[in-house]
Amino acid sequence: MIFKDLVIIGGGPAGLSAAKIAAEAGVSCLIIERDPFLGGQLIKQTHMFFGSEKQYAKTRGLDIAKILIDDCLKHQDLIEIMTSTTVVGLYKDKVITTLHDDTYNKIKAKSIIVSTGASERFFAFENNDLPGVYGAGAVQTLMNVYGVKPADKVIMVGSGNIGLIVSYQLHQAGVKVLKVIEAASNIGGYKVHASKIRRIGIPIETRKTIKRAIGKDKVEQVEIVSLDDDWNIVDNSSEIIDVDAVCISVGLIPQRNLLSMIDIKTKFIKELGGIVPIINEDHQTSDKDVYVCGDVSGVEEASSAIVEGYYTGLIAARNLGKEHQDFKTLNIDYKNQLLNLRSGPFGKKTLKGLEIMKEDANVK
Amino acid sequence: MRIKEHPILTFPEKKKIWFTFNGQKVFGFSGDTIAAALHALGVMTLSHSLEMKRPRGFYCAIGNCASCNMIVDGIPNVRTCVVSLKEGMVVKTQTNKGDLNDI
Ligand SMILES: Cc1cc2nc3c(=O)[nH]c(=O)nc-3n(C[C@H](O)[C@H](O)[C@H](O)COP(=O)(O)OP(=O)(O)OC[C@H]3O[C@@H](n4cnc5c(N)ncnc54)[C@H](O)[C@@H]3O)c2cc1C
Ligand code: FES
Repeated sequence: MIFKDLVIIGGGPAGLSAAKIAAEAGVSCLIIERDPFLGGQLIKQTHMFFGSEKQYAKTRGLDIAKILIDDCLKHQDLIEIMTSTTVVGLYKDKVITTLHDDTYNKIKAKSIIVSTGASERFFAFENNDLPGVYGAGAVQTLMNVYGVKPADKVIMVGSGNIGLIVSYQLHQAGVKVLKVIEAASNIGGYKVHASKIRRIGIPIETRKTIKRAIGKDKVEQVEIVSLDDDWNIVDNSSEIIDVDAVCISVGLIPQRNLLSMIDIKTKFIKELGGIVPIINEDHQTSDKDVYVCGDVSGVEEASSAIVEGYYTGLIAARNLGKEHQDFKTLNIDYKNQLLNLRSGPFGKKTLKGLEIMKEDANVK
Repeated sequence: MRIKEHPILTFPEKKKIWFTFNGQKVFGFSGDTIAAALHALGVMTLSHSLEMKRPRGFYCAIGNCASCNMIVDGIPNVRTCVVSLKEGMVVKTQTNKGDLNDI
């Protein structure tokens, strides 16, 4: 058994940021990451990010990942990193089971930060299991991380930011995006992203959904239908389109399965993306030595995941008896940054979600 | 299908990694995961569903969904979308839950 003060599960923007600040405060930590590399979802983002300068706006996601990883590498004496290692078990006495290649290991931590991010939502339609029905994030990984072209002709289901951005990136990789369809009556993502893909000639059609995928061993066609204001299928609106892949981008769900293994209290809060761990202001769960930050505690953005990571690292370090030399200033600064990030129209939803959370957050 | 030209990213030529897929000798490149290498070779079916034996490809590409489980070097249920390709790997399409007797 390995013993560690602070174990951080998930090396995305939230986990990396938490490690940086905890190490600055003098805590020795371990980051465990399932992928062969660190960086989480940022590693595949080739577009420039929004937000303010403090969270690296106008920098490409993959370059932000490099900055965050470098920050951690500066503290090599205190931050240990395990990649290609999946956490497969979590126990109430803070024992963590990891799997690397075909070897299981046990690690005992004093405190744990869970920053496992989110996973892509899926939805039901006929033949949705055919090869060629891909998550939009998966397609993005395939193109931007591995340089593999996912398909030649695709249709994107869902017009949130991910659907819009990935459509643009598919175009950049030489894939023909026939259209983006959206079941709601308006486009889900930011206007800038929508305009960008319209400019390159990809239509965004609202009030449309996919009825089924057609094909024997893989997707060959899709059937698209129109929806009326009550979400019923409009008669004779069916359209059959030749494609070789369908990308699904209908939202993300916090990835909290590890937390269920230790009976962490959760609640369904639709504004935060589904079932989320109930946390207090200090990002502590119902087990006070288990913290969460980033998308796992409510689906938002990399910018907020970074700041939440810093904040959680700061608090976890203090609770381990290592108060950061700038604790007071940073504490206020991070809270303000989060408030700022959530001040826009999209942030309203998160704030509402956090309000609902407060009703249950008597766990301190 | 590898991306040759890209406005932002560059994909420099990498070392070839030879492996076996369902008995056939094929190659991917260093840095690929098994699923990425297979996709580049045009292989879309990685496993079969347990009951109906319907073909399954990858879905999430980040180790969440198990849709890409294959038998790698005799070990079943390997999430090929997060496992890096290594020289000489023996990769097979999986059609059952994974059986210890197969190892
Ligand atoms: C297409 C797209 C565009 C986006 N654009 C923007 C944008 O413009 N601006 C912005 O601010 N945000 C953007 N985002 C959102 C942003 O990328 C995420 O909100 C952010 O990455 C969340 O950070 P995280 O650290 O919580 O999770 P992640 O980045 O998902 O990291 C979680 C990490 O945990 C690892 N992990 C999970 N489970 C385990 C386990 N059991 N064991 C070990 N490791 C595990 C995962 O492999 C992953 O590396 C975008 C996202 C997408 C998909
Ligand atoms: S494709 Fe989802 S686990 Fe590999």
